[in-house]
Amino acid sequence: MEKITRFTSATTVLAIDDVDTDQIIPARFLTTTTRDGIGKALFADWRYDSQGKQIPGFPLNEPGAEGRTILVAGRNFGCGSSREHAPWSLHDFGFRAVISTEIADIFRNNSLKNGLLPIIVDKATHAWLIANPGAEVTVDLEAREIRLPNGKAVNFPIDGFARLCILEGVDQTGFLLKQADAITQFEQTRSWQP
Amino acid sequence: MGGKSLFEKVWEDHVVVPETADTPAVFYIDLHIIHEVTTPQAFNMLRETGMPVRRPDLVLATMDHSTPTVPITDLEGSLDAVSDPEPAQQIRQMVKNCAEFGIELHGFGDSHRGIVHVIGPEIGATQPGKTIVCGDSHSSTHGAFGAMGFGIGTTEVGHVLATQCLLQRKPKSMAVNVTGKLKPGVSAKDIILALIGKIGVDGGTGHVIEYRGETIRALNMEERMTICNMSIEAGARAGMIAPDATTIEFLRGREKAPKGAAWDAAVKRWLSLASDPDASYDKQVDLDVSELEPQVTFGTNPGMVVPISKAIPADSGDASFRKAINYMQVKAGQPILGTKVDVVFVGSCTNSRMTDLRSVAKILDGRKVAGNVRMLIVPGSQSVKDQAEAEGLDKIFKAAGAEWREAGCSMCLGMNSDKLGKGELCVSTSNRNFEGRQGPGGRTVLASPETAAASAIAGVIADPRAYI
Repeated sequence: MEKITRFTSATTVLAIDDVDTDQIIPARFLTTTTRDGIGKALFADWRYDSQGKQIPGFPLNEPGAEGRTILVAGRNFGCGSSREHAPWSLHDFGFRAVISTEIADIFRNNSLKNGLLPIIVDKATHAWLIANPGAEVTVDLEAREIRLPNGKAVNFPIDGFARLCILEGVDQTGFLLKQADAITQFEQTRSWQP
Repeated sequence: MGGKSLFEKVWEDHVVVPETADTPAVFYIDLHIIHEVTTPQAFNMLRETGMPVRRPDLVLATMDHSTPTVPITDLEGSLDAVSDPEPAQQIRQMVKNCAEFGIELHGFGDSHRGIVHVIGPEIGATQPGKTIVCGDSHSSTHGAFGAMGFGIGTTEVGHVLATQCLLQRKPKSMAVNVTGKLKPGVSAKDIILALIGKIGVDGGTGHVIEYRGETIRALNMEERMTICNMSIEAGARAGMIAPDATTIEFLRGREKAPKGAAWDAAVKRWLSLASDPDASYDKQVDLDVSELEPQVTFGTNPGMVVPISKAIPADSGDASFRKAINYMQVKAGQPILGTKVDVVFVGSCTNSRMTDLRSVAKILDGRKVAGNVRMLIVPGSQSVKDQAEAEGLDKIFKAAGAEWREAGCSMCLGMNSDKLGKGELCVSTSNRNFEGRQGPGGRTVLASPETAAASAIAGVIADPRAYI
């Protein structure tokens, strides 16, 4: 996993509430057995028409959208299924952060394991970001804050362990594997066996 | 100190290493259910790092999401004839992965192949007090047994395969108290749709729900599964119901249930899991269902729901509401009853069990599916299929003009060839009415099995109370 400390980018804004993972990546793209090239399927049914042509006006199709790393989305982003293909496709497309007032649990968990920062901000900050697509925003994971173009810093909550893993660029599997002795002890001493 | 809730008891029983400010808890998983779609990358990770599966005996494997619902006789020509190359390859990869890592697979031809959340309970692997995960968000279904079931991503599937543990922060708790007796024609699906309508699709975010009250106690296990199944549709981490005599009678004698003295000990432990009378919750919601009507969705998430006799809400000017009703081609302030139907789907981990199929058969018996409607009935597992056929339900379905298919997830998520065409409207017993979920451009109306059956006959969205 790549290390992330801080980055600056113009934002892409998707001002829709309750964007579910079926929109982020429709189920017919989940038949892959790898993660390669999965960014192509990101928002497939909103980005492309049935002939595969880009639908004008969809924020990801706008000139300059490629290369932007921050997605500002409506409330309750990532609800629905547990498919990790959702953060994989956002990450593969180039996003490194999703900013909203609320992000669904499983999506948030999956994102943190893939170097995609789920960032929760207050309603006023969110409303400003929604109203100002393309604003240059800095995400500073070290300081746990985003900085707006006017210099204003807004803190965001993030699990300390996940933050450390992303700052160091290590995945969480290593930490779990180091618990092998404790796990064996647990299995041998519990009062019932599954 | 107050008493403990069901969730707290199950949580504490599985903490291997407690959480601290710096690190999440190491949390033990008792049952890991896997399927072909969300596991290949996890098996690749094991292969690349040379790791074995720590407890293959605690893994339950099947194939359900992208499998065809027409009969398959082998994994080569017969599969390729009805499946696109990529899902066929994924299915074959699942067979290889299970063989390589020593995991028993309930594959084609096995009486317990079927939807992950149907087969766990049916073979008795789902038990009270267990922690149960699957790379599928509807793992909350298993909470009906007083287990803690939740969906995980593929990275976490890898974590469980390698260590039998996950890194977890303790969620908050929420009690949903359900009271009142359901009227005829109203069922468990209507309860959970009404709840999601009330608290919203994010009403349970960060919480584990415990469903309580006299109404819940009176439900059978399959109805309880329908309710817990859709907890995720309210954003909840999990949904649980305390084990009771109904739970125990369901599990008695099932293949993976404990036997002899171990059964007696297990029953004693299971019955001790119910929340203490003085347990506290972070949030409480009350729902009286004594006047509840059948519920139907009108929009593009399960919280956009109305009682079947009522109109779609007035346009509030909200952009997401407008986007939803435009997509659905319905009008704000107008009734949804009488809307023309193209397809009716009975199936999915929400409503594909015997209780559901019997309810549908009762309404279809002696009647015909309307000429404008294609009706698909897809049993949750091979053994549900066998049981339905033993009871002669398949004959009722076929006589009415419905298609009776092989087990699988099917049109719930359109990963195989069971898909809606662009613009088609489907009354579906599944769990998600997201845009394009059942096929690009398809429109989904979520409803109970009873409402689905009534709508199939009427050819329009219909009130099941007129058909019982």
